[in-house]
Amino acid sequence: MQYSLRLSIEYDYGAPSDNARTLVRLLPSDLPGRQIVSSRLLSIDPLPDERRETVDFFGNAMTAIAFHQPIERIAFKLLARAERLASGGYLDLSPALAGLGAEIAGYRDLGPAAPHHFTGPSTRIGAEPEITQFASGFSDTGLTVRQTVESVVAAVHREMRFDPEATDVDTPIGEAFANRHGVCQDFSQVSIAALRSLGIPAGYVSGFLRTIPPPGQPRMEGADAMHAWISAWCGAEMGWLEFDPTNDCAVGVDHIAVAYGRDYADVAPVKGAIRTTGEQSSKQSVDVEPL
Amino acid sequence: MTGQAQSRPVGPAALLADYAPRPGVADELFDASGNMRPVWDAFIDQLGQLSPEEVQEHFARGDQYLRDAGVYFRQYSADPQQEREWPLSHIPVLLHESEWTGICEGLAQRADLLEKVVADIYGDGQLVRDGHLPASLIAQNPEWHRPLVGTVPPSGHFLHLIAFEIGRSPDGSWLVLGDRTQAPSGAGFALENRRATARIFPDPFPRANVRRLAGFFRTFRSAMDALPGAQGRNTAVLSPGPGNDTYFEHAYIARYLGLPLLEGDDLTVSGGAVHVRTVSGLQRVGVLWRRLDAAFADPLELDETSHIGTPGLVDAARQSNVNIVNALGAGILETRSLLAFLPKISEVLTGEKLRLPNIATWWCGQPSERDYVKANASKMVMGEALSRALPFDIGSDAVLGTAPGLEGEALAAWIDENAAGLVGQEAVTLSTTPRWVDGRLLPRPMSIRVFAARTPQGWTFLPGGYARVGSQDDAAALSMQQGGSVADVWIMCDRPTPYESVLDRMDISRADTGALPSRTADNFFWLGRYVERTEGAIRLLRGYHLRLAETGDSGDASVAEVARLLEALSLDTGKPVNAVIEPALSAARVCASKVRDRFSVDGWAALTDLVYSLEAMSGALYPGDDSARSLAVLLRKITGFNGLVHENMHRSSSWRFLTFGRALERADGAAAALAACIDGDEASIGLLEMALEYGDSHVTHQRRQRFDPTAETVTDLLALDANNPRSILFQVTAMRRIAADLPGAEVEGRVSGVLAMLLTLETDLIVAHPASVTPDNLADIRTALGAISGSLSAAYLA
Repeated sequence: MQYSLRLSIEYDYGAPSDNARTLVRLLPSDLPGRQIVSSRLLSIDPLPDERRETVDFFGNAMTAIAFHQPIERIAFKLLARAERLASGGYLDLSPALAGLGAEIAGYRDLGPAAPHHFTGPSTRIGAEPEITQFASGFSDTGLTVRQTVESVVAAVHREMRFDPEATDVDTPIGEAFANRHGVCQDFSQVSIAALRSLGIPAGYVSGFLRTIPPPGQPRMEGADAMHAWISAWCGAEMGWLEFDPTNDCAVGVDHIAVAYGRDYADVAPVKGAIRTTGEQSSKQSVDVEPL
Repeated sequence: MTGQAQSRPVGPAALLADYAPRPGVADELFDASGNMRPVWDAFIDQLGQLSPEEVQEHFARGDQYLRDAGVYFRQYSADPQQEREWPLSHIPVLLHESEWTGICEGLAQRADLLEKVVADIYGDGQLVRDGHLPASLIAQNPEWHRPLVGTVPPSGHFLHLIAFEIGRSPDGSWLVLGDRTQAPSGAGFALENRRATARIFPDPFPRANVRRLAGFFRTFRSAMDALPGAQGRNTAVLSPGPGNDTYFEHAYIARYLGLPLLEGDDLTVSGGAVHVRTVSGLQRVGVLWRRLDAAFADPLELDETSHIGTPGLVDAARQSNVNIVNALGAGILETRSLLAFLPKISEVLTGEKLRLPNIATWWCGQPSERDYVKANASKMVMGEALSRALPFDIGSDAVLGTAPGLEGEALAAWIDENAAGLVGQEAVTLSTTPRWVDGRLLPRPMSIRVFAARTPQGWTFLPGGYARVGSQDDAAALSMQQGGSVADVWIMCDRPTPYESVLDRMDISRADTGALPSRTADNFFWLGRYVERTEGAIRLLRGYHLRLAETGDSGDASVAEVARLLEALSLDTGKPVNAVIEPALSAARVCASKVRDRFSVDGWAALTDLVYSLEAMSGALYPGDDSARSLAVLLRKITGFNGLVHENMHRSSSWRFLTFGRALERADGAAAALAACIDGDEASIGLLEMALEYGDSHVTHQRRQRFDPTAETVTDLLALDANNPRSILFQVTAMRRIAADLPGAEVEGRVSGVLAMLLTLETDLIVAHPASVTPDNLADIRTALGAISGSLSAAYLA
């Protein structure tokens, strides 16, 4: 499926802010066998004094920008064309959950796809006793890793209520889970914490969702802004599989990926170090149209 | 020795009467067969010739030196500003040069190995692929910073200054207890230990045979200056700031090496390169000797909650535009579980065994190692696999195998459950060394920290300097935080060693340490303002209390008038004087504490003395004479401080901003006091007298005018007299002269903002007639001074 992507994010600082240095992870990249990006353009207004395109540890496109003069507002506009390739329904070749530890230990590599990055605590996802307790029911089921992941994702989806007003990007996951509500970021990070507590390597994916669903299908939650879902390592044979806990589905042709990491902190679309005293406000709009 | 009645020397025998090393424990003073090691002979002999009182006198000299030098460490406690005296164990640890050379050879091999390992961990990852390092110990490690993977430091090396904690095992051989590669502290303290012991043991023999320390620092400084891209650029120390437990050392070593001491906020990254914000604009940095942990160095790519970092520093490192000593990420080598793998890695990478073994360590994430640990748990210390704490440190999570309160099956189950996060380490017994306890020497456990610096010719070692000595006969009490202490380490040669200084062979151009960082200039500026504000308050309060002492009646009209004056100037005569003065003086000290690396030891001591004097007054002051006399004492002390600044401080940018701040505050204070004193239709003689007293101008006025002061004569003296250092004009002229010397004072023939404002104000004052100066004019002058302060801040201090 081919898409035309349009994204706009604007920040208003209220007062001139000093020394704005910002990392932007908004550009989608090619993913062999899954995603082809034929064009991508990120424009930034006002024009930054410095701009550098790099690739981060996890292979995400990262744009580093800096302003030498104070700015009062900043706007990011992304235009891209991307094709999401359909992947067949997989045979479940994942091991039983009990056998996953040995497969992880046998994986001798530290490249970005190594499961080892995604097993322990990360910046935004620590050990959460309540989530661990919630997940513990899935540990001795005799299911395969893939089945376990699907069960956990479904359980998180059942347990939590989608509520765009209830949380923000800095809400701790323990709090989101305790109140059983949140947005895609909370659904995803709670799922990741649950999977890690079961010994399943799990990571965070930021991206976009098709805005208008195909005829006859319901509109998915999270299509009005940037979306997030999870990636779970299902053993050496199957590798990484992606799931969307917000919509309780496997990730397919309606999801366009932007960045991969251990949690939100690794993929935050706009991460800045800004010295300002003003009140900050932001607006975001997304349009993902099939071509 | 003094000629007074002496008690008798202790004598070597009595000194050692209670010195009984435990069986099965190595000792520094006695060898395995119970004979004193020859390297100690002369020292013990000398110590034995002193009487107990003399020993105490000698020790007191060392302690006094440390107090005078302001050596302290910060106790971890609720109060981050709490400083503790440096816990010096007065008896040094003595090692012969031949033994030391062997240690250094072993550690040089280890240093090279560590460099190879860290280069691989941040590079190819071959050690993980080949199974020599478990991937999880790297990937889970909070000191493995992914944004730095693939980055090669511009020098080609990650490690430049590292330290090793070593101890002697029961068989007499040396053992590495841990590697310090992040930002090792202690080298500066080693220098202070040495200076203190030099005062305790002033006799030339055997001290003359001790290897000197200065050469190491000179070599290290030269090596930093020679790094690629360092030439002609700033080399600086990057500190986490005064809240850190070893901040004293950062300031000390920066001053010792003549390097600017910076904090994250002093730096800005622009065009991929690191710059210092200075009073002369941005200046490129070539080398940062960082003393803060990597995670805090850049909130943008590392710990996002850090407030002490520099956004963009990682990107600058990635672009090879700055040398960071040691490279960001090198701290991963401190991980305890790596000790389990280094011996094998050494053989794999270099074909050589480690010449100096490290403490035997088993990672429980491997089945056979886990079984071994379970079987031998009672002889082991269990700890977190990813911990960077040294054995024997407080806050160390290490516990003896039995300590979780578990035994047998329960312990085995606990180990199984936590296996991947656990290491077992052999419970080593450290050697003991003499510590002075209640008039005699007793054996106490010790470890030595050895510092190594990379030079173009290879690793060079600080010969001695820093041992940790326990307070109890128990290796677990080595930590300074637990009553352990620190001792000098003497590497003894067979003949006297030549004198060395870090300075004498230094290139003369190093005297210039670059432009003043803006934050430092800001602290000097406010130090000047607060000290002057303190002085002004003291003068006014003294005037009040003198009048009160004369009349003894706070209801007296002349006293009440002055009380109202002080109230108008925001000074509360109802409160004890020390409480009124305290805020400004504390603020001054805080400013000074942030610039200690650039501040003379005497200046700091004078300010500290002032604070102590004020503290000593608290609560015990009666209004009137008592207060007036105490205020006079403070006034003399603050004048002493100002004298030090004026007489001794180098006319550098620091001095300029300090002096500018003082002048601005004095001009403002004079304008405020004068306005309040001449306010009203008919100025009161009492208030005019008070104004003259505030301006220390009574005598001048009497000599010149020979009659009672009038508003006009007082205004002339305190506002418009170009020769009275207490007048507004005098201080404005002083500021104008300084402003003319500041960077960018004139651009293309036009004067800059600050200078232009001062010239205008100065001219106004020169042409003014005293009769025409009203309180409103004085208020305008104060507004102008406020604008000058703001303009100065914007141009130089932000």
